[in-house]
Amino acid sequence: MALSIVHRATGIALYVGTLLLAWWLIAAASNSAGAYANVQAFTGSIIGRLIVFGYTWALMHHMLSGIRHFVWDLGFGFKANEREALTWGALIGGIVLTILIWIIAYAIGGVR
Amino acid sequence: MSAADTPKRSMRTPLGRVRNLGAAHSGTSDFWRQRLTGVAMTLLMLPAIVVVMMTLGSNQAGAKVILGSLPIAVIMLLFIIASAWHMKIGMQVVIEDYVHNEKLKLISIMLNNFFSIAVALASTYAIIKLSSGV
Repeated sequence: MALSIVHRATGIALYVGTLLLAWWLIAAASNSAGAYANVQAFTGSIIGRLIVFGYTWALMHHMLSGIRHFVWDLGFGFKANEREALTWGALIGGIVLTILIWIIAYAIGGVR
Repeated sequence: MSAADTPKRSMRTPLGRVRNLGAAHSGTSDFWRQRLTGVAMTLLMLPAIVVVMMTLGSNQAGAKVILGSLPIAVIMLLFIIASAWHMKIGMQVVIEDYVHNEKLKLISIMLNNFFSIAVALASTYAIIKLSSGV
């Protein structure tokens, strides 16, 4: 398994994605009437939802993959089977957490 | 043999000499901060997700109230500062790995700093503005 490159790729995606976070916060703080509605219109559109869904996955995968690196930094998990388990854990865990977050988001009726 | 002929001796230990140095002359500080901010964001991840979910059903007026409350503002500020720092270091590592032209590398690293600081300041300003209610 060579998921290091995925860790890097999700990191780069999250880097660009902070623009969305900044846009959302600036719009919320804005005094102009349409600014926040514009963000909501974008994140509510099909493209917007796909981007935020992708962002959620990138965030969850990068976090779990990062925890995997913490385990290695601490000197554990270097056996072949342990490496495999950590990598698969990050891969599957990232997908599971992403779906879970979106189920909760839909369940609380937030996604309009 | 006079004192001038003897090689200079230092009281510093080998570890003391290399600590905080290395190729970048800043030692392992970026390595450490990358881990520090990573741990911080891992701890802040659940609270930050809860905050975003709280605002999902609201219009701007509702979002302003939520994001302007003190504990939420602090969570978001910590998350933003950790994110910006983390991504600045991470992107610099990527640039140093893939951009080999020295001038282009320096320009890329500068732009990376500008972008990361701009995102951090814009978001921080927004949170403070929301908290002050103006």
